[in-house]
Amino acid sequence: MIRFLIKGLYYDKSRSRLPIIVVAIGVMLAVFLNAYITGFMGETVELNARFANGHVKVMTKAYAENESQLPNDLALTEVTALKKELSERFPELDWAARIQFGGLVDVPDENGETLSQGPTTGMGIDLLSSESMEIERLNIRESIVRGRMVQQPGEALLAEEFSRKLGVNPGDEFTLISTTMHGSMSLYNFKLAGTLSFGNEAMDRGSIIVDIEDARTALDMDDAAGILLGIFDTGFYDDERALEIAYTFNAGMDDEDEYAPVMKSLTQQSGMGQLVEVTEKWSVYIIAIFIVAMALVLWNAGLLGGLRRYGEFGVRLAMGEEKDHLYRTLIYESVFIGLTGSIIGTALGLFAASLLQGDGIDITGMMEGSAMLYPSAIRTRITPTDYYIGFIPGLLSTIVGTMLAGLGIYKRKTSQLFKELEA
Amino acid sequence: MNYYRHITVMKFAIAIIFTFALMPLHAQPTADQILERVDRNLSSDNRVFESTMIIHGARGSRTLTSRTYAVGEKRSFTEYLSPPREEGTKMLKLEEQLWIYSPSTDRTIQISGHMLRQSVMGSDLSYEDMMDDRKLTETYDATVIGSEVLDERNTWVLELTAKVDDLAYESLKIWVDTERYIPLKEEFYAKSGKLLKRAVLSDVVQIDGRWFPKTILYKDMLKQGGDGTEFKITDIRFNENIPDYIFSKAALKQ
Repeated sequence: MIRFLIKGLYYDKSRSRLPIIVVAIGVMLAVFLNAYITGFMGETVELNARFANGHVKVMTKAYAENESQLPNDLALTEVTALKKELSERFPELDWAARIQFGGLVDVPDENGETLSQGPTTGMGIDLLSSESMEIERLNIRESIVRGRMVQQPGEALLAEEFSRKLGVNPGDEFTLISTTMHGSMSLYNFKLAGTLSFGNEAMDRGSIIVDIEDARTALDMDDAAGILLGIFDTGFYDDERALEIAYTFNAGMDDEDEYAPVMKSLTQQSGMGQLVEVTEKWSVYIIAIFIVAMALVLWNAGLLGGLRRYGEFGVRLAMGEEKDHLYRTLIYESVFIGLTGSIIGTALGLFAASLLQGDGIDITGMMEGSAMLYPSAIRTRITPTDYYIGFIPGLLSTIVGTMLAGLGIYKRKTSQLFKELEA
Repeated sequence: MNYYRHITVMKFAIAIIFTFALMPLHAQPTADQILERVDRNLSSDNRVFESTMIIHGARGSRTLTSRTYAVGEKRSFTEYLSPPREEGTKMLKLEEQLWIYSPSTDRTIQISGHMLRQSVMGSDLSYEDMMDDRKLTETYDATVIGSEVLDERNTWVLELTAKVDDLAYESLKIWVDTERYIPLKEEFYAKSGKLLKRAVLSDVVQIDGRWFPKTILYKDMLKQGGDGTEFKITDIRFNENIPDYIFSKAALKQ
């Protein structure tokens, strides 16, 4: 019977063409959008985790309240002991101390006078110790455009665009003008080791990266750090576990002391919670929307088909075929249509997603002035889910649409069939 | 004749009585006169002083010492003597410009624009505060708005409103000692009327015929935490012979 139904669908194109096209388009969009959400949103979450938020972040309570101002006067102190304690209590996380700072990069001429100057946002990270994973985490080595990695104290990396604007090249010296932890003006000389391009508007605008020990010396922050980031060893964010760790850590802290450390999970930080939640839920929303929309379209198509096949159903019923059997064969047909449409739609969706998986669409201009770190390009990411996710709306919508349209079969009266056929 | 003479004498007597009756027992100087006397105490042609700045931050106190040479209101040179991290840091003010020299980087950087509003060495004083040495009479219009007793000293309370555009503070309220013509308290306000800074002046001593406060406690009201910055003058000499080369950029690197 199955072969018979398939043959029917194949030879009677008017039965299958439109529903297959509708299903294929819907499935293609569902697959593509899922790959887009996984790619763009996921990349945004990971980018923010690696660069700014960690999977969990430890700061002083006062620092957390004024974080956007990079208030190093409120930084964590005795960081070595704190880091040791955290590593012992939560071994599944890798802990990295960082110092974020603002200031000016001042490039001197041959007489030591200011040649050029520009505002900068800097990061002091562990670049020189062997156990540090920061270089890989921030993809620094691969981001170098000119020059080389920092190899010794007193060296720095500048954003490529920023260095060109200032006219400073690898090997040149410049001065970082910033503020110490105690509020004094700080001047510190660096040698430019290399230039970077992160491919991110916020980072490429005017960033400087130095070793954390240099940052500590420059900003008078002995054994201090603005933030301590914890990243899961698996590399993937686990919201449930991160919240549990943060809760456990904060439970033992003094609520009254504004310099006591507090821990925040990624989802508890600067709009990231919403982003993670949205990322998780959007796929479900998209599938639900497509099921409803396509079911409506296919119901309509089924009704039209039903009208066109009115005579055929009449003959089949007149020949003694059961209404239930007729209804079931329609549903079987819809399964074949749904499967065919889903296969075609999935293939097309994956093809479209693969086109944006590499370079993506540059959206740098749209992200100017953004406080959150966003990827500079919209990139899709094809995951195993994309291979089957389209079949859910594809099959469900055709079956539901057919079931609704096929209800008309039960309204046919056997007594009137011959009269209808005569007509 | 005697009658007219008598009338004249009477008129004269009444005039004298009225004149004395209208005179207050202690004549209060005008606001401008008070400010002029304050300027006379605080301003000088030149001065050399050593000072200690104790910054009472939210997480502890730091002490810095420095030596300053100043000529008039346009030129000054400060060298930090301690702690070791700040030792050798020098600041030069020439007219409206300010340079800072850092020995660890061997760089001289001009401080300008918004950087002037930054704190000096983490204290409650900004570079802008340090830059403005102009006389009060040249920069503010004053009105006496009352009198108060402050730390057992009688004071006049003056309200000062900016009469030039380039001031850091739009208005000031100062409590001036009625005997020594030294402000004992100052409040600095923004154009919006917000209190930005407060200074309490104490240890008033007489040096070379002028009264001078040797300790000033500054409090930046916008700064969270901390108990202000204590600025103590440990040694001050007026009308010294200061060589001109000190006020040059070349002197910063010496």
